[in-house]
Amino acid sequence: MREREDEWTGLMRLAISGDDAAYHRLLKAVTPVLRAAARRGLTRAGQPADQSEDIVQDILLAVHLKRHTWDADAPFAPWLFAIARNKLIDALRRRGRRVFVNIDDFAETLPGEPAAETVPTGEVAAQLQSLPARQRDVLQSIAVDSASIQDTAKKFAMSEGAVRVALHRGLASLTARLRGQ
Amino acid sequence: METDQLIRALAADNAHRARPVGFVLALGLLLAASVSVAIFLTQLGVRPDVMTAMRNPFFDLKFVVTLALAIPAIAISLHLSRPEASLRGWGWLLLIPVGLLVAGISTEMMMPQRMPMMMRMMGKNSWNCLTWIPLMALPILAAALLGLRHGAPTRPAVAGAIAGLLSAGLAATLYASHCTDDSPLFVATWYTIAAVLVAAVGALAGPRVLRF
Repeated sequence: MREREDEWTGLMRLAISGDDAAYHRLLKAVTPVLRAAARRGLTRAGQPADQSEDIVQDILLAVHLKRHTWDADAPFAPWLFAIARNKLIDALRRRGRRVFVNIDDFAETLPGEPAAETVPTGEVAAQLQSLPARQRDVLQSIAVDSASIQDTAKKFAMSEGAVRVALHRGLASLTARLRGQ
Repeated sequence: METDQLIRALAADNAHRARPVGFVLALGLLLAASVSVAIFLTQLGVRPDVMTAMRNPFFDLKFVVTLALAIPAIAISLHLSRPEASLRGWGWLLLIPVGLLVAGISTEMMMPQRMPMMMRMMGKNSWNCLTWIPLMALPILAAALLGLRHGAPTRPAVAGAIAGLLSAGLAATLYASHCTDDSPLFVATWYTIAAVLVAAVGALAGPRVLRF
């Protein structure tokens, strides 16, 4: 547990210093933990656990857009779990349930817990369709077609800078739309 | 969109850097404070006998108290903009202005007074105080909430209330130079009510404005 969290902190420091691959690895590493916690939270609130992926994606977006509030001298896990808890409470509240989220939901994952398969999900995908065309195209090219920033720029005859701006704006407006639901 | 795909998009956006919350908050406070100063200069102005008043330690104490509220409240707001933060270890800072007021009141009690206690407490400007402090605090509160919105406060009502205290503290610092009531009893009564009003507005606005 400690080791895992130290590893996250190290990866996040690398990410902040500009290492995109480390950032990718970090997000991949935290996702199963977030997924397990979201499933537990939903189950406890009497909700079907199959909505957990929406919550996971919601948390990942918040982590991404709020990572400037992480203090690089502090461990990463408490920061991550605070964001995750907040998003889970928010999601349960939107589903109209009284919410009791146990801090331990995030502090521990049982070893050997089956990692649920990633399923294509509703909320982010639905909101993606409502984005301005350029943001949607860039997001889809990078996320779904796994094209690089450079390739995406060529494909749409845009500058790389414009692709980066459209990508970030797309992610930010996705988050704003999810919040506005 | 599958989660792996979303992660790919997030990683591709890693180069984007948001400005630190402290920077955004400071900029917002500076802009909003200039609005409040404009309100102060056009509607209130510094009291005419300010040169004599400055020799009265109770006049000076008003600024010490209001700044002793505003400055810790700014620090606490910034702290609460981080998701894992709570008031623990920070809340006691808000006792500093309270302690200063208690010390001021005790000192005044030990001195010979021309006016009875009740008159000093009621003063002549209680209504002004309750009007102008919240009024000059509102632009600052709006800016403070927008600054905190750039962060990730997970206790939005508390963060909103602290933002209210910080804006009331700054507004009261302006108002103190206009008001001719200098008794710590007056300050402890009316400034406190004004600050609590603004803090309540902040606490109500927080959960609405500070969701992320």
